[in-house]
Amino acid sequence: MELDAKIPQGTLSDKWKHYKDTVKLVSPANKRRLDLIIVGTGLAGASAAASLAELGYHVKVFCFQDSPRRAHSIAAQGGINAAKNYQNDGDSVFRLFYDTIKGGDYRSREANVYRLAEVSTAIIDHCVALGVPFAREYGGLLANRSFGGVQVQRTFYAAGQTGQQLLLGAYSAMQRQVALGNVEVFARHEMMDLVIIDGKARGIIARNLVTGELERHGAHAVLLASGGYGNVFYLSTNAMGSNVTAAWKAHKRGAYFANPCFTQIHPTCIPVSGDYQSKLTLMSESLRNDGRVWVPKKKDDPRKPTEIPEDERDYFLERRYPAFGNLVPRDVASRAAKERCDAGFGVGPSKMAVYLDFRSAMERYGHAEAHRLGIADASEAKILELGKQIIAEKYGNLFEMYERITGENPYETPMRIYPAVHYTMGGLWVDYELMTTIPGLYALGECNFSDHGANRLGASALMQGLADGFFVIPYTIGNYLADEIRTPKISTDHPAFAEAEHRVKEQIDRLMSIQGKETVDYFHRHLGKIMWDKCGMSRNAQGLQEAISEIRALREEFWKNVRIPGTADSLNPELEKAGRVADFLELAELICIDALHRNESCGAHFREEYQTPDGEALRDDEHFAYVAAWEYRDGKEYTLHQEPLHFEVVHPTQRSYK
Amino acid sequence: MHITLKVWRQKNQQDRGHFETYQLDQVNEDMSFLEMFDVLNDQLIREGKDPVAFDHDCREGICGMCSMYINGRPHGPLKGTTTCQLHMRHFKDGDTIVVEPWRAAAFPVIKDLVVDRSAFDRIMQAGGFISVNTGSAPDANAIPVEKDKADAAFAAAACIGCGACVAACKNSSAMLFVSAKIAQLALLPQGQPERKTRVLNMIAQMDKEGFGSCSNIGSCEAECPKEIPITFIAKANREYLQAMLAPDLPE
Ligand SMILES: Cc1cc2nc3c(=O)[nH]c(=O)nc-3n(C[C@H](O)[C@H](O)[C@H](O)COP(=O)(O)OP(=O)(O)OC[C@H]3O[C@@H](n4cnc5c(N)ncnc54)[C@H](O)[C@@H]3O)c2cc1C
Ligand code: FES
Repeated sequence: MELDAKIPQGTLSDKWKHYKDTVKLVSPANKRRLDLIIVGTGLAGASAAASLAELGYHVKVFCFQDSPRRAHSIAAQGGINAAKNYQNDGDSVFRLFYDTIKGGDYRSREANVYRLAEVSTAIIDHCVALGVPFAREYGGLLANRSFGGVQVQRTFYAAGQTGQQLLLGAYSAMQRQVALGNVEVFARHEMMDLVIIDGKARGIIARNLVTGELERHGAHAVLLASGGYGNVFYLSTNAMGSNVTAAWKAHKRGAYFANPCFTQIHPTCIPVSGDYQSKLTLMSESLRNDGRVWVPKKKDDPRKPTEIPEDERDYFLERRYPAFGNLVPRDVASRAAKERCDAGFGVGPSKMAVYLDFRSAMERYGHAEAHRLGIADASEAKILELGKQIIAEKYGNLFEMYERITGENPYETPMRIYPAVHYTMGGLWVDYELMTTIPGLYALGECNFSDHGANRLGASALMQGLADGFFVIPYTIGNYLADEIRTPKISTDHPAFAEAEHRVKEQIDRLMSIQGKETVDYFHRHLGKIMWDKCGMSRNAQGLQEAISEIRALREEFWKNVRIPGTADSLNPELEKAGRVADFLELAELICIDALHRNESCGAHFREEYQTPDGEALRDDEHFAYVAAWEYRDGKEYTLHQEPLHFEVVHPTQRSYK
Repeated sequence: MHITLKVWRQKNQQDRGHFETYQLDQVNEDMSFLEMFDVLNDQLIREGKDPVAFDHDCREGICGMCSMYINGRPHGPLKGTTTCQLHMRHFKDGDTIVVEPWRAAAFPVIKDLVVDRSAFDRIMQAGGFISVNTGSAPDANAIPVEKDKADAAFAAAACIGCGACVAACKNSSAMLFVSAKIAQLALLPQGQPERKTRVLNMIAQMDKEGFGSCSNIGSCEAECPKEIPITFIAKANREYLQAMLAPDLPE
């Protein structure tokens, strides 16, 4: 199949406007007759549900948590970008677009990214109108801060709980539509498979997680907003339930999976402390506004960090990347930290950590505060105390979280941090309208591949999720549904529903019948280790080939030896996990296949064979300036389809943050 | 360290439920409370027994999903901390820990430690929103909000909807949860147009769901993992009275 991204004609800045001016519309009366299914209630799903219901469509939404308010978006910390230029520091739609294309190492589509930058400003307006309590300045206007890979302050935030506040905004907008009868919520439900009738997505099979019942739900179109697949690595910053099942089942039914190997490793996370560890905790990138990253200049320095004098510290990001300093993009910062630790300069018990230090920032803020309060000759202690208050206001909850987990007080001693899996740029392939290769099936938010290329910039996922849900899909879906107004309600008696339900039931029965010796977590941990060691922060051909055969062997063992207690007709968390791990075991192989085929380094995908003499990623635009969209065949082989990337406005160069 | 766990086991809503006792030998003090349950469940599965069902997702103290009643306190002994963020270093070798689900008529037990909190969603549907359609908002900086008020609204909005306030209250009142949302929106200029209907509708729904009434004891504030202050309840009460007495008069 020829991949058509359906990018509108016209100059870059006119494309979206032109699209909106000419796209087909559905009348209000017809909207009321059309049913939509949305899987996921994170920022993408909740915003889509609210805005589509406002338009008059009838919407059913699904989430596996007990309430839609608990979707993983709730955990996002640092902020959301928008090209408002409220700081008068030179920001613009073009600059946000440019930063995102460059940050993604020239592996994303210009037209999509430009649209994202364009709608970013309306997101902030709408969220404020919904009552989202963003941080403000004394004058009552909105405050901003910086994130990695940019030189302006365009990030809006609500302390270290921006995702929570945005999600509660979108959730409440959706709840209003529930009250109006336009949205029906199915919490504690998991999508198990996609139903396709005559080539079009027409419904899903969902499992009621409380009763174990399989349910059929029909609709004129299906939207997946089911989040990312970072948990394929077992340990990640994602919530425990985050999974790929919805997207993977869609892939197996015909939706292409794009750039699966583009997985983001976030530089600042709390290091692993033991085997029992179930997840890793992020320390938001916003901390790099004020925190300085360093290691001792001397190997195995036994001194406490506070005892090591300034000139014996190596602020390696500031040293290597003076223009961006501590705010280089994530891929760059992660690799630099790994490089120092691999070279033996790491700190802490495992030596796999670096310091993130707030002392200078506390001094700087303390001086400014003393000045503001008119305290003439404040003592050093007073200055630190004042500075501490400012730091607490900005990052208080993160500091508390750090202390709770590690038992150390980061106001007194630097944090210890190490990179961890965080986000997946890859996902279902979608065109400009967010439609997958299955007609009537859309993918929104982190579960699509669309806007971040090979590396996402901080504070851009929240922006993308809300852009997709609030401002893109309400327009683009009309283009499809306009031709569906004569389609009657989708009957779930159609044989396609029976067939899909049967397939799901078969998988569940098979899982329950194995009764082997090992727990689901055992397999998940093993899979995670293979992926982290061989397909993590850096990769090479030999390691990837080994990973592929190890994953195959592990998958085989899983299907022979996993043990699931209990029954399938009741609440059974082990069965839920087993289904998700079964899908991760398939996806993992595709991730490695993709990483192996991409003989270049770009963004988060670092192939050791392809690097510059000073260790930076070496892209190969001649051969790899394309989106790799994989078609599912039989689980052993995948067919590669290439969508060439044309850069008409930005000219790819070697990404430099020096 | 060695820990004895007494855990509430209940097959389903109909089952009467009972405690079971488990011994754990290798609890590490850096483990979180839920990681200790992971270890327990691993052990139970290997012994061919049914693992303990419990709710959790983010394990970062923000999604509000985890909900264990530990030694008679929602989320356990540590102030301002959810179960998932509680670490075993706050317990001693040899401790016996009793773990139960949230107990409230409006939160029926689904299985073991898992309860149904959908009543909270229905309260939000009754009025926990601002009625504004996508696409119609003015520029975000067109409406300045005093920093103090914005900060106070944020403090109220920090509620994670876990239900610990209900579990802590001897009347099973949901007033802290409800008042936090009422206060957040009443503090912001955007929340003014629906200020009165909101408080009336949310409180009516809360009563309908079977939550008890608030008698100002303050256990909710003491146990709230996000330390939402009880002053929001006073504020919500004022809002309620005002709306009742003068539903049509301007402020
Ligand atoms: C700790 C952390 C901090 C972050 N901080 C930031 C930040 O500061 N700024 C930023 O821009 N980005 C941040 N991110 C990234 C960002 O939070 C996510 O990319 C984004 O929230 C994803 O939103 P989403 O709507 O696509 O999916 P999610 O919020 O992950 O929601 C997925 C939804 O799908 C549902 N679901 C999944 N599978 C199924 C299924 N099979 N059946 C039914 N339902 C299903 C879930 O129940 C859930 O409702 C952070 C991420 C993490 C992990
Ligand atoms: S698991 Fe999310 S708050 Fe505890």
